[in-house]
This record gives sequence, structure tokens and C-alpha cells, in this order.
Amino acid sequence: HLTTSLPLPSERDHLRPRIDLIVFMIDIKSKYSLKNVEASLAHVDASFFLGKVCFLVTGVGRVNYCSVEMNAICKLGEVYCSPVLFCELELEGIRNATAQRLLRMLQICAGHIPGVSALSFGTLMRNSADE
Amino acid sequence: MDETVAEYIRRTVLKIPRDEIKAMLQKWGFLSQAQLETVNFHQIKENISQDVVQLCEENSADIKQAAVLDIIYNHIYPNKRIWSVYQMNRRGEETEVFDLTDFKKKFKRRLQSALKNVTINFREYEDNAIWIRIAWGTPYTKPNQYKASYAVYHSQTPYVFISASVLKSNLPLLCQALVVAANYHDIREMELRSHSLNSLKDIVFKRYSQSFQSYYPRPLQERNVAPETEDLRIVQENRSEKERIQRLNWEAFGDGPQPKLEFAQYKLETMFKSDPKMDVLDKKEPFRCLVKFSSPHLLESLKSLAPAGTADAPLSPLLTCIPQKARNYFKIREKRGLLPGSFVSP
Repeated sequence: HLTTSLPLPSERDHLRPRIDLIVFMIDIKSKYSLKNVEASLAHVDASFFLGKVCFLVTGVGRVNYCSVEMNAICKLGEVYCSPVLFCELELEGIRNATAQRLLRMLQICAGHIPGVSALSFGTLMRNSADE
Repeated sequence: MDETVAEYIRRTVLKIPRDEIKAMLQKWGFLSQAQLETVNFHQIKENISQDVVQLCEENSADIKQAAVLDIIYNHIYPNKRIWSVYQMNRRGEETEVFDLTDFKKKFKRRLQSALKNVTINFREYEDNAIWIRIAWGTPYTKPNQYKASYAVYHSQTPYVFISASVLKSNLPLLCQALVVAANYHDIREMELRSHSLNSLKDIVFKRYSQSFQSYYPRPLQERNVAPETEDLRIVQENRSEKERIQRLNWEAFGDGPQPKLEFAQYKLETMFKSDPKMDVLDKKEPFRCLVKFSSPHLLESLKSLAPAGTADAPLSPLLTCIPQKARNYFKIREKRGLLPGSFVSP
């Protein structure tokens, strides 16, 4: 399900399946994008932040056009205890690899991988990022 | 043949892209087909231009013929210059029948009586466009062929498109000659400038697809909003918002391609509005500021802002009014009256 901001329109509530993973996409070229994500975060139930939220930063290939500071993004990840992924959508290889990563995460969050829970995986990702 | 003419022809040929040189020389018609066949158009341009000059020497070209080649070049590549739009006004409603010979005679006479050293050339094209090339000199010097001005007059309209050279002092003379020759009363410069001559014509002759405010909202099926092969597994949660943006964008810009402009400039003479506690600009003087938007294709990029999520829809009418108002240079002053605001001066 794609949307530009939260909360989701309520008229479609009955049509929506269970949400297993929320990926917040931040375009590093647009401050507006970061503001929008920060505003939307306020509408997310706290239980999601146990491994079912992740931040995806796009546009990292174009260094000249960065509008959003890396510090701000890393802080966001820390404050909301969620992993931050980086990708460049314009390159097919990176796009596919990122899609596969997200798909893997989704499988874990949906409980399809026995023995690994969303929370444990999230902790694993955060710990490895800190090193 | 005069050396200056030879050099001028040589430099003009060098400007032309190599693959176009033969076609342009054929259009020029000064060299015979037999003569053109003797030139190898696959060698480097330096050599081509030398060969062409040699042939022109055989035919004793003078500056008038060289100027025609220059007009042809500028007619095919007008986008290398910046064009301004001028509008002429008549007193009353007399519609004069346009006589080309009369126009040319009056124009030449007017210019030459004021300035002896000018080179004037005319060339008519389809769609009633008359291209006028003027090379300016002074009472003591010959005309500078490299800094010529161009005026494109559409005889069935009051509009002239002028690409003045750097010598701006000759502009009033040119305007006067146009007014006299075309039997008008006066001429004014519109606040509309661009590199793309055709786009300026589109705006002024209203040839672009305009949006019309309709009272009945168009049903969604009518518009061919091309949906890329929709993957049914992707659900757009904010479809209605997307459609609202599309509709507002369509109302502002219409369906078709936009005329090509490179700039929009807004000169602000409005008061700075800030938190009264901040104590900034206490004197309440207008805060003078110049805002300039530039883009390879300004109107298309403005059209894509809202759908791309980079701006809220609807866009400011100051941006969307550009083609309708036929201007891209604005002065914005404070609105005098009870309500604070701003208005666009004519």
C-alpha cells in the first residue's frame, strides 16, 4: 500500500489487510520529505516500533543535491529505534537489492520465518549498525 | 569581393552545423547547384568555409547577399538569441490593408534618413512573417555586421519580435521605423522574453492549449490519464488526493505542451511581514527583493511540481498566469486599501 502521508484515509479501513511493516521513505534531496515523515510518525501506534518500522533514504547517489543532513536521519533512527536503509532508486541493481532486503524484512515481520521475530531482527540490525 | 564580406561569409558558414551547410547554401540560392557540387561537404568546416568563400568570390558576392545567408541561419536557429515582444497600437479602428512594398520602402526611408550607415535586409516567410535584419553603423563608421538586430513582424498582427543586438541605443530608432512603416501610432515593449521565438509566438497568438475553467467537473474516464501497467498488488491509498492534484494541474496548465520559457522574474516592492516582536524593518519601508525562476523549460517544470510532490497544489496564480498574461517579468507592489495583500502592476 502506497501513501504520501499518514494517517491513512479512514474510508478504506475495511479494505485493508493487517499491516506488518511500515517503510518511511525520505528523499535526501527534499527537506519537505523529512518534515512529512516526521509528521506522519506521530500517527503510528507505538507497537509498530518494535521492529515493524524502517526508514529508507533515497537519492543518496546524487551527493550534490543533498538537502537533508545525515545527522538528522541517524537521530531519527535512534529516537524511533528503527533501522535506516540507504538506496538509490535510479540504479537498477541497487533498487533490486534494496527491494529484496525489504522483502526479507517483511517476511520476518509477518512471522513467516520461524525462529526470528521482528523485534529480534530489528535489534540485530541496530546492533550491527552501531559497530 | 570585399575582404570584410569574405570574412563575414566565412564566419557565418562556420556557425552552421556541418551536416546542414549544403542545405542552407541551397536555400540561399546564391551559388549554383553546379558550384555546390564542387565542394566536399565531408571535410572539416574550416576547409568547407574556405571553399564556399572562394565560390562567392567567383560570383562577386556583396554584403547584401551575405546578409541574406545570415537571415536564413537565424531563421533556422532562432533559439540562439533572446527575443522580446513588442506590441503596436493604432488610434481608432481603422484596419489598414497591408502593402509589403510600401512597408519596406517606408521602413528603409525612415531608418536611412536618421542613420546613413545601415544595412537593411528583408525576407518574407510563410505565416506572414517578415524577417528584417539591420546592421548598424554610425555617421563615421560602416555597419557592424556581427552585431545585427532582427525584427520579425507578422503583418496581420500588431506584434513584432525583436532580438536587439548589444547596441541598445538603436532600439528607439528601430521601433520608430516599424511604427511608421506599419501605419501604427505607437509601440510598447511587453514584459515577455525568451530564447524560443516559436514559444513567444505561441503565447502571444494564443496557439498553446489553454485550460478553460469548466463549471462541470470532467468525469474521470474522459481524460486519458495514462496509467502505467498497473500492478494490482500495489494499492494507492491516497488516490483521491492524487486525482485532486491532477485536476488542479489540468485546470491551471491545460493538456498540451507548454510554451518554452527560460525565466520568470518577480520584482517585489512589498512590505516585509514579520513577527512584530522581532522588530525587523521597523521603518516600514518596502523590502526590495528580486525573485527569479530559471529552468530549461520553466512552464513544464512548474507543471510537474505538484504531481512530483515538491509543491502543494494549486500553485500560486502568479506562476500559472504567465501564458495567459503573456508576460514573464512582474512587478509586485503592496495593495493599497483595507486588506493587506499584493497586486500585480500592469
